[in-house]
Amino acid sequence: MSKDNIAFHRTHMLPEAPPPATETGAIKWLRENLFSSVANGLLTVVAGYLLLSLVISAGPWFLNGIWDSPSLTACREMLDGRTGACFAVLTERWNQLLFGFKYPDELYWRPTLAFVLLFVAIAPVLFVKFLPHQLLIFTGLYPFIAYWLIWGGSIIVPVMALLGVLFGVLVYRRTLTVSAGVAVLAGIVGAMVFWWIAGFVTGSAAGFLALEPVASRDMGGFMVNLMLGVVCVSLSLPFGIMLALGRQSDMPIIKWICVVFIEFIRGVPLITLLFVANVVLAYFLPPGTTFDLILRVIIMITMFASAYIAEVIRGGLAALPRGQYEAADSLGLDYAQSMQFIILPQALKISIPGIVNVAVGLFKDTTLVSVISMFDIVGMIRGPILASAEWNGVYWELFGFAALLFFITCYGISQYSQWLERQLQTDHR
Amino acid sequence: MTTMTDPPQASFRLSQLIYDTRYRSYTFQFIALMLLIALMAYLGANLVTNLAEQGQNISFGFLAEPSGYDINQRPIEYDSQSTHLRASIVGVLNTLIVAFLGCLTATILGVVAGVLRLSPNWLVRKLMAGYVEAFRNVPVLIWILIIFTIMTAVLPAPNAFRGDDSESSMLFGSFAFTNRGVYTPAPIWGPGSLVVVLTFLASIFGAIYYRRYATKLLYDTGKLLPMGWPSLVILFVPSILVYFVMGQPISLDYPALAGFNFQGGLHIRGSLIALWFALAIYTGAFIAENVRAGIMAVSRGQTEAAASLGMRPNRIMNLVILPQALRVIIPPLISQYLNLTKNSSLAIAVGYMDVTGTLGGITLNQTGRAIECVLLLMLFYLTISLAISAVMNVYNKSITLKER
Repeated sequence: MSKDNIAFHRTHMLPEAPPPATETGAIKWLRENLFSSVANGLLTVVAGYLLLSLVISAGPWFLNGIWDSPSLTACREMLDGRTGACFAVLTERWNQLLFGFKYPDELYWRPTLAFVLLFVAIAPVLFVKFLPHQLLIFTGLYPFIAYWLIWGGSIIVPVMALLGVLFGVLVYRRTLTVSAGVAVLAGIVGAMVFWWIAGFVTGSAAGFLALEPVASRDMGGFMVNLMLGVVCVSLSLPFGIMLALGRQSDMPIIKWICVVFIEFIRGVPLITLLFVANVVLAYFLPPGTTFDLILRVIIMITMFASAYIAEVIRGGLAALPRGQYEAADSLGLDYAQSMQFIILPQALKISIPGIVNVAVGLFKDTTLVSVISMFDIVGMIRGPILASAEWNGVYWELFGFAALLFFITCYGISQYSQWLERQLQTDHR
Repeated sequence: MTTMTDPPQASFRLSQLIYDTRYRSYTFQFIALMLLIALMAYLGANLVTNLAEQGQNISFGFLAEPSGYDINQRPIEYDSQSTHLRASIVGVLNTLIVAFLGCLTATILGVVAGVLRLSPNWLVRKLMAGYVEAFRNVPVLIWILIIFTIMTAVLPAPNAFRGDDSESSMLFGSFAFTNRGVYTPAPIWGPGSLVVVLTFLASIFGAIYYRRYATKLLYDTGKLLPMGWPSLVILFVPSILVYFVMGQPISLDYPALAGFNFQGGLHIRGSLIALWFALAIYTGAFIAENVRAGIMAVSRGQTEAAASLGMRPNRIMNLVILPQALRVIIPPLISQYLNLTKNSSLAIAVGYMDVTGTLGGITLNQTGRAIECVLLLMLFYLTISLAISAVMNVYNKSITLKER
């Protein structure tokens, strides 16, 4: 058999050809991701149509938006029959949306400063690995600074509160050798005694280095949502940890107190707890006590959030292998030490996604205070702004703005938590 | 010979209560109990003093007094002469209605969105991700208010439907979307309609029985009976036959414009629709995430194994993926139902008369009995929560993997 018998054979290599046009670049992507089958093609067309009609209907509304106008009627005149938004309500009522309608105008810088400082204070906690630990001192001081800035009054009050906390910590440190439980009790009692004594001092020095005081009923707008969210989440973390440890404890009485508390709080809606804060709590306090509504609400929301965080942390504690507890015991660590150095760091790490979920949910739930006639951002929109003669009838701009504020905050928090999870990942994948 | 001697019996010292781990837990529990009792006593004493000062007492007698207010949505007979107790029951029923409708819609939305989030189609995937993120990150109260605004401020007034060339017209001539609510045709149950309903119920059982029989036949003998169209025939044909034999006892009552408003038909109020849809869409976004997580929790090997056995994609989904995914999906799904029920208390923001609106709203304000009303309200929600968690525990036990 010789080569001549074969009709055709190739004598040289073909040059490399580019892949067919349908298998490269944008076309390939379209084929694979949008039109991989008939059903998928139909789905794409339907989804694309929906998206397009949304853009077509909302586009002019955004683009024709009026940003500067004193009232809705003036805004409608400017639009002259075209579809368009009246974003002017946002610019005109900007301060009301953020600070409420009673906070004194000339003092807006104080909550704004507190808000900016919040980021400074929270950064060393959020980015522990990247910022020097000394900044955490500022984080510790921040609650007292923020209180002073937002509520005003003499600087003696927050300073004394701070000293009380420091005194309590000192007592705790000194008694820690006896037992952790005793030390916690002693620390709390120590701080209480200090505050009780300090009460005599603050009363007499009310004017010392005082900022103009602002009553909490004068606060409103998004500021209230942020305040409630930040305060309640940070307070509920330690309480939640304590409740979770209590529920896991071997002591039946303590365990049952925690179980009943957690299950009761988780079983009722937040609104009923806010009703308690609004109308019932006063019955359980000594006659004649006047108690800020905002403080009562903070107490109830903190209780609410603690119960949920306790359940999340309990999940984290239960997910730890039994060996970790036994290893801590076999090292001779006592309960407090084993919790502090072995168990809680791991359990909290596992619980981060859950804790963030609770925090986001809680922040969203702060809008419920509008139901008990507090003027948070939703309360402001429904009350003073929509009821005013100028802006009666502007719905989309206002609700859309509130929704946007919450979306940015909550989405940001959940993105941060995903980043943190990746940072803390120590296992080998 | 060794002798055993008892270790010297240490006398009990008071300091052992703190230093000795054997006794320490008793000390702590005792302190905790004492603190709890002291707190309770303190609060109780304050309560008694406060009530005495205002000349009040704790009594549930107000429940038997006439309520004196009207409720716009009444599942049972109720008027302003009825008692506060009856008003609360109406509220409870309204809560259950919106919770049931919401759970049903949320499940459908959530399952569809969750499955579509895993679709190979890029556009659909992103669209569903957008839906989930937008609704999960914005408070449900804002969504309720937005939908309520659509229902009351955007939809046309009933008189826009007047005349031949009116601004608005009814959908299919039978559905009217007005700012006073949605009007749909309502069924009228004539004499003999009970027979039709019973026939339909019987055919549901018949269809289920037929499917079971076909499956058993398939497993026992390998003979494959058609499943789809025979079940449809069993389901509908007898009912339709009976319907005509009985002389068409069920008819529809269409809403019609009379005077200033629509008359007849079924009237669904804007507040119910706002609450229902907002809760359903909001909870649906959470359910979508649960469904997606559940499907992704089934390892890829299962899909590949099923594919290598020669199964078609929809069979893989039905017979291999879903049964395993449901085990992961259902517990969080039930807790979402619970959340939805608790969130339905936001009805008070749009004036839907659920139990928070009647018992915790108007009754509380009229009688001034804050403690009793809030207590009853909490008990109601607590009962529902505990009942659902009990059901969930039983379910979790029944689906736990039986491992050797």
